[in-house]
Amino acid sequence: MNASSGSENFVVFDRVQKSYDGETLVVKDLNLSIGQGEFLTMLGPSGSGKTTCLMMLAGFETATHGEILLDGQPINNIPPHKRGIGMVFQNYALFPHMTVAENLAFPLQVRKIGKSDQEAKVKRALDMVQMGDFGGRRPAQLSGGQQQRIALARALVFEPELVLMDEPLGALDKQLREHMQFEITNLAHQLGITTVYVTHDQTEALTMSDRVAVFDDGRIQQLAPPDQLYEAPENSFVAQFIGENNTLMGTVKEMSDDAAVVQLDDGEVIDAVPVNVKKVGDRTLISIRPERVEIDKNRLHPEAHTIKAEVLEFIYMGDIYRTRLRVAGNDNFVIKTRNAPDQRRMTPGEQIEIGWRPQDCRALDA
Amino acid sequence: MSSLPPYATTGQRIWFYGFRVICGLIFFFLIAPIITIIPLSFNAENFFTFTPGMLALDPEAYSLQHYRDFFTNPNWQQPLWNSIKIAPMATFLSVSLGTLAAIGLSQSHVPFKGAIMAILISPMIVPLIISAAGMYFFYSRIGLQGTYLGVVLAHAALGIPFVIITVTATLVGFDRSLTRAAANLGADPVTTFFRVQMPLILPGVISGGLFAFITSFDEVVVVLFVGSAGQKTLPWQMFTGLREQISPTILAAATILVSISVVLLATVEILRRRSERLRGMSPQ
Ligand SMILES: Nc1ncnc2c1ncn2[C@@H]1O[C@H](COP(=O)(O)OP(=O)(O)OP(=O)(O)O)[C@@H](O)[C@H]1O
Ligand SMILES: [Mg+2]
Repeated sequence: MNASSGSENFVVFDRVQKSYDGETLVVKDLNLSIGQGEFLTMLGPSGSGKTTCLMMLAGFETATHGEILLDGQPINNIPPHKRGIGMVFQNYALFPHMTVAENLAFPLQVRKIGKSDQEAKVKRALDMVQMGDFGGRRPAQLSGGQQQRIALARALVFEPELVLMDEPLGALDKQLREHMQFEITNLAHQLGITTVYVTHDQTEALTMSDRVAVFDDGRIQQLAPPDQLYEAPENSFVAQFIGENNTLMGTVKEMSDDAAVVQLDDGEVIDAVPVNVKKVGDRTLISIRPERVEIDKNRLHPEAHTIKAEVLEFIYMGDIYRTRLRVAGNDNFVIKTRNAPDQRRMTPGEQIEIGWRPQDCRALDA
Repeated sequence: MSSLPPYATTGQRIWFYGFRVICGLIFFFLIAPIITIIPLSFNAENFFTFTPGMLALDPEAYSLQHYRDFFTNPNWQQPLWNSIKIAPMATFLSVSLGTLAAIGLSQSHVPFKGAIMAILISPMIVPLIISAAGMYFFYSRIGLQGTYLGVVLAHAALGIPFVIITVTATLVGFDRSLTRAAANLGADPVTTFFRVQMPLILPGVISGGLFAFITSFDEVVVVLFVGSAGQKTLPWQMFTGLREQISPTILAAATILVSISVVLLATVEILRRRSERLRGMSPQ
């Protein structure tokens, strides 16, 4: 979060619900506070209600229940054109009959800003996205990435304090996408803008955001900074949705506040960190990140738990090796090892022993 | 034009040539009557047929006398002015109301869309004589029968379906996120309509307006019922002219009407191409 700015509660969703048809809730009890200057990403599978949340904030959909506050003011009854929120649409929504400069001048004209001021601001916004020479072109004469930048410049040109972006990079190729990710975060932080960003690309969410809200089924499953989200997922949905994840099923045998003993389905007993399992006897899903699994005995932590595994498949991926194992009856246990000069390449059929630290092994709801 | 592939069967060959013959015949029947009146309108005699002099391309056999008659004879001048007063007003009403109706009907939350649409389109489908008779009785009741306003309103009702259909068709391709973007950028609904929506649906509005104009300009049945002698339009005068004072001036009038239609259509086509270029729908 940006420390320079004031309010911690710049945008607030207070017990917001949304239903399109009056029966099924698309957004169920959404509570979310976004700080001023924060870059917050909504991440979730298709249909989880991300766009709906953004549309409610922009004013194109009304909340069925609950209240949305902007800078302390309830905005449920303010029409979209008076909210002063910038937005980058998924398909850019540039006006095809206007030139790039006219597109950018549009929000300034409707705000009755003087001609010379308009020109200065348009020029500054175009320079900001490195499109200074393109003012006279029409959107149809620009490439996808250039249109994307114009859409971004248009959302920023009238200096809104809050900018919403709905999968703005979805249509771009990988290289341009990475470049734009960098530019967008830079700009947002430089200008101190509060940004709500929607994506279903998890890498994008992790690399760009101050905090990520993981959506599923109309609820926020976890709201946390990227590193916490990845390393300390709070439930099995988040663990499986973010990054690659190995899962083992088991039953809780013993449990204290910070340690649990879990018996895996094939009888093996391991230690784990209890996250959202409640009591002894509960079914649990054990989650271990592939890169936290160690195959070299000498480098294993003294407390580490070891377990037998059979190599099923070895995949060379350039920078890393990806090895698929059978562990405790699970055929899809994947480990990743760095392609270092001394790294061992395993062959299918080989019997090995793997291990991990108990902290890296999280017992989640099944 | 595509040519016949070498593997075409006999049936395909017959269809290939048959299709072209059918097209040619259709064009002939549609266009030939219109084309023939044009030279006839330059006839130096008061005949409706080609004189031997005309067929011999004798310059003496041609003259502009019927055009002179058209532009000087008060029997033609009054209807011409009536048409010029009625058609643009009716067009203006059709375009304004039809465009608004089409936009309204394109919103997803409007109930009974199908029924409303059917009612608004009905003047195009119901036989004209029935609309005309209905309007006659209705307008007599409310004192509009035989007035300028009455004829304008009646013609506007006939023109609205064309505008609704063409504007609805352009709205199908209209990206709703553009109006959302405009609102998001701070434009109120009226500004959004005039600065964003209208310029983009303009081709549909213009061609609808053109149809509405031509409908009013060509219309004879409704004006006979709803109008009185004071609202006698060009088609009305041509109609009576045909029955009463058979004069080739009618051919000059027809040629002028055809020219106006052609010029209007060409203008609209040029405008449409220009706007498509602006929208980036065709190569620059
Ligand atoms: N206008 C609408 N009318 C009815 N249902 C809708 C409407 N818009 C969205 N929905 C439904 O609401 C749910 C959430 O949709 P939403 O667009 O918010 O998902 P999303 O998280 O943005 O998904 P995606 O990643 O695919 O864009 C979906 O089940 C969708 O079918
Ligand atoms: Mg979406």
